[in-house]
Amino acid sequence: MTTLPAHERASPRDLAERPEHSPESPLSIHALTVAYHRKPVLWDVEFEAPGSRLIAIVGPNGAGKSTLIKACLGLIAPAAGRVEFWGGAYRRSRMRIGYVPQRESVDWDFPVSALDVAAMGRYARIGWCRPVTRAHKRVALEALDRVGMSDLAKRQISQLSGGQQQRVFLARALAQEADLYFMDEPFAGVDAATERAIIDVLRTLRSEGKTVICVHHDLQTVPEYFDEAMLLNMRVVASGPVGDVFTRENLVATYGGRLTLLDEAAEALARAGGGGA
Amino acid sequence: MSPGVATFISLDLPAMLAGTLGAIACALLGNFLVLRRQSLMGDAISHAVLPGIVVGFLVAGSRSTWPIFLGAGASALVTVLMINALRRIARVEAGAAMGVSFSIMFALGVLLIEQAAARHVDLDAECVLYGQLEYVNWYPPTDWGEFWTLDTLRDVPRQVVVLLGAVVLIGAFIGLFFKELRITTFDPAHASAIGFSSGLMGVLLMTLVAGATVAAFEAVGSILVIAMLITPPATARLLTDRYSTQILLSSAIATVTGVGGYFAGAFLPSMLGLEGVALNAAGSMTVVGVLLLIVAIVGSPTHGVLARALRRRRLTRQIARDDILGLLYRLEEVRPDHELLEDQLRGAIGHGAQTRPALRGLVSGRHVERSSQKLFLTESGRELAKSIVRSHRLWETWLVEELGLRADHVHQTAERLEHLRADGQPIEPESPGRRFDPHERPIPERD
Amino acid sequence: MSLGAASITDVALDTPTFGEIMRTLTLSAGFNARVVVLSAALLGVSAGVVGCFTLLRKRALMGDALAHATLPGIALAFIIAAALGLQARSLGVLLPGAALAGVAGVVCVQLLVRHTRLREDAAIGIVLSGFFGLGVTLLSYIQSMSVGEQGGLATFIYGQTAAMLPRDAALMGGVAVLTIGAGVLLHKEFSLVAFNEDYASVQGWPVSRLDLMLMALVVLVTVVGLQAVGLLLIVALLIIPPAAAAFWTRRLRTMVVLSALIGGFSGYLGASVSALTPRMPAGAVIVLTGGALFIISMLVAPQRGLLADRWRTLALRRRVAREHWLRRLYEAQDLAGEPVAIPVRQLASGGLGLGSMVARADLKLSGLIETEQSSARLTDRGASEGARVTRNHRLWEQYLITYADIAPSHVDLSADLVEHVLHPELVGELETALRDRRALPSHLPDHTEREAGATE
Repeated sequence: MTTLPAHERASPRDLAERPEHSPESPLSIHALTVAYHRKPVLWDVEFEAPGSRLIAIVGPNGAGKSTLIKACLGLIAPAAGRVEFWGGAYRRSRMRIGYVPQRESVDWDFPVSALDVAAMGRYARIGWCRPVTRAHKRVALEALDRVGMSDLAKRQISQLSGGQQQRVFLARALAQEADLYFMDEPFAGVDAATERAIIDVLRTLRSEGKTVICVHHDLQTVPEYFDEAMLLNMRVVASGPVGDVFTRENLVATYGGRLTLLDEAAEALARAGGGGA
Repeated sequence: MSPGVATFISLDLPAMLAGTLGAIACALLGNFLVLRRQSLMGDAISHAVLPGIVVGFLVAGSRSTWPIFLGAGASALVTVLMINALRRIARVEAGAAMGVSFSIMFALGVLLIEQAAARHVDLDAECVLYGQLEYVNWYPPTDWGEFWTLDTLRDVPRQVVVLLGAVVLIGAFIGLFFKELRITTFDPAHASAIGFSSGLMGVLLMTLVAGATVAAFEAVGSILVIAMLITPPATARLLTDRYSTQILLSSAIATVTGVGGYFAGAFLPSMLGLEGVALNAAGSMTVVGVLLLIVAIVGSPTHGVLARALRRRRLTRQIARDDILGLLYRLEEVRPDHELLEDQLRGAIGHGAQTRPALRGLVSGRHVERSSQKLFLTESGRELAKSIVRSHRLWETWLVEELGLRADHVHQTAERLEHLRADGQPIEPESPGRRFDPHERPIPERD
Repeated sequence: MSLGAASITDVALDTPTFGEIMRTLTLSAGFNARVVVLSAALLGVSAGVVGCFTLLRKRALMGDALAHATLPGIALAFIIAAALGLQARSLGVLLPGAALAGVAGVVCVQLLVRHTRLREDAAIGIVLSGFFGLGVTLLSYIQSMSVGEQGGLATFIYGQTAAMLPRDAALMGGVAVLTIGAGVLLHKEFSLVAFNEDYASVQGWPVSRLDLMLMALVVLVTVVGLQAVGLLLIVALLIIPPAAAAFWTRRLRTMVVLSALIGGFSGYLGASVSALTPRMPAGAVIVLTGGALFIISMLVAPQRGLLADRWRTLALRRRVAREHWLRRLYEAQDLAGEPVAIPVRQLASGGLGLGSMVARADLKLSGLIETEQSSARLTDRGASEGARVTRNHRLWEQYLITYADIAPSHVDLSADLVEHVLHPELVGELETALRDRRALPSHLPDHTEREAGATE
């Protein structure tokens, strides 16, 4: 069997050549493949997230972004590969992982107040069958305060606007005092003020050493808001610091050549002073 | 004690207690079914317990409790598992999964009943549907002195005791798992992600529903069970926005339904002069439950139809009042010697039925003067009109300057914005020192 | 009071003889039997057709509410007719009452959903139990009034085939024709509304009128079926045949036909069994027959059946695991230039569990790996397999990279060779790209080369 010399060998995507993931990383995804019947939704995803970062996952619709988060959280079973949190399985680190799902996933007519929802983030700490004490409610109120919703703490969630609902969800995740956060399109359909409030919270989290991974839909704001990005279209096209990764070539490879979108993105990048094509 | 009271205690009281306790047990659990949008699981389970009950009955040979309970429980569990399997594995749509499962089970039950009859084991098929409260009897001593003895209490009908136990158990369950039920009902995905298995809570809930169904079944039948699982929680839902209030309120409503329904069934016909007529207790309880719901739908202060209509009317009237004032003011600006006839008003302002009352309100509040069918602003009216028009023109200015809209596009929006109130005053955007709006009209000064 | 809805034969036979069975099945066992079996079959056909559309419209359980809502209508019709001195027990009086009440029930459900914050499931449950409770109350009122003739009203709940007349069969036949006709004429409209209501409305179709028409058909089938199977089980005929048909096909026309056939057959077989055996109420047996057909369809149907589905999923999982191991081993071998033993722990991506044991045994049995202690190494056959798998994987990857916008829907994990899915020219182009990157596995077994058209 003839073989080629090592330096001429192919992509670093080979299983044999992938670097071992550090057990200190909050999140490491190894060769994750998720399939629905015969069609793959995620293909051989390899990723390692360092601490103290804001990371965006971008890609076209149907690229598997939400699926990736759900697979990490154990809500979907993968066909191959594994996901590790600080070197261990999800079950072991559950309390250190927060999740802000999409707003549509919930019935907003439910009879709870904003404070009740925020307090739900504490339930994992409280444990089964024990009541929600005042101390926990105070933490929840502080979380609401961080997102600017403390005035509306007692308001029924059905009476909140879209942006306010998003902030309540964020407060719920903050109340959990996690170290790693997954957020599924937190900026979708919110007003400008809410968007600013959310990004402030995220930056504070980063300064506290937490890692936040967001599925993000708006290419223009990625360079401004995030440190790192993963370009995902069923497979990882590129991942790493935004400046390195957000090149025209990579964007074309991810989105398949819809030019106006990419021109804007490239422009945004240039404005942000990053390098790239 | 008097014979009337004695009759009441022996015949009516136990039946009423059984019906009411059954209603409370179902209503408590039903809150979670309604909130999870799984109300029809209650329907499915109460149909599905039938084969188990028949089997238990055949095995035990009599009406002893335990075989029936176990049979019904097993039957319900099989059905729930079937429904879940159909939905998750076979990807059958939710309604179809329930329909297929419970109708197969129910048909099986009907078949078994008929087969049991062939073996001369008579299980009344109709009592399946609406129970037999008339057989829930108690015969305590007629002397009050001997009433509260252990012997007497031991004779309390089995159904009442079982249902009391069910209510206590369900109350304890809800109290213990208060927050778990809340989080898994509100956001199952998030709950599972942080470690509270929504699947487990769902199974526990359905098991209890099956238990309550079985406990109430014998006394009140499946129709009342379904009704009480859904109607009191739905009624409570319309009366409050708070989770704990809803749960408590639903049990109160269930109590009223049980007591009121029983009374209506037993005593209403004779009160209406229809002698010798007795209405089916379970049926009348169901009807009372629905009547309470209708009352809540119409009369609920927060969500009721009446309340909403009243709010709407009040708002329309306020808008009509604003428009009348605005119209008069603008007329005065353009033609100081204007004359607006009352008849012309309705054409000028398009608020239909509310125009007249709005005008009446303005006249009686002395903001508008009516003389020989013509309308004029009074001093106070002019002040009010000024603030409204000022608000309108400031909004137009703001829309053009801050949002960059074109001057011919802002009128409609400003029309709406001028009606907004804070502390009774029209809201104004900041526009320091502007004197004219985009249409060159003067902005009235604020006094 | 027992059900009374038993066998229509008077003689209580324990097991029917073969002759009796054949006669019933060929509709020659006597006039009554023929009427019942034919009526039930026709009812099954109608219910199957109509039920398809309600199932697609996700309104399956609305039929349940409708059926239960008929009861007070029947009772009221009886009371009014008796008060007017008419023949109160006649179908001509009771069925219209049932229909009106059923329609009222559906209207109440819509009103509840539209004007309160209650959801559709709660509304259906409320109407179902509320109307039925009212019906039960009215029945008890009727019972305590000595009007006579009232004993038969409750038979509408469980059905009473013994009282069926030839006119009923004719009625069923008429209804069957009507529903089939409606299905044929309006299937396009019904399916459009079921699939995407807003789109249909925007395109100009009168959505609410079409819904009303569909509901009218459901009312018709329900009311006509009250006698045969009773109101508690009529909903089963509207749900089970379509749900069973859905396992075989998703094409509407085929589904409607199949559903009609399943419904008709359930009616036919169920009524026959009930006619032959004592103490077998027709309604229950018909539903159970349908249920059996449903279960069979669910398990056995080739496309969507459970067994087929499970098989495919397991096969896919096995394949993915195998290919993962083979690829890893091949790449290591390619790098080193000779077979490399890798600890199983590193190969098993999900940790050392059942999956990894199965994969190891699988590969060993296929002669693709050799194991020593807890490490695995490729055999020669394994090496060629590994080369094929790696080549496949890299070709798919190259395809995804180059054609990012359309590729995702074309990738097929279960294809042995990329060539089986993609056009050979495309494959050639991808291979060239790979070769330029030095990523094309250099050792390919003969049969792959031959199949791929010897592109080397």
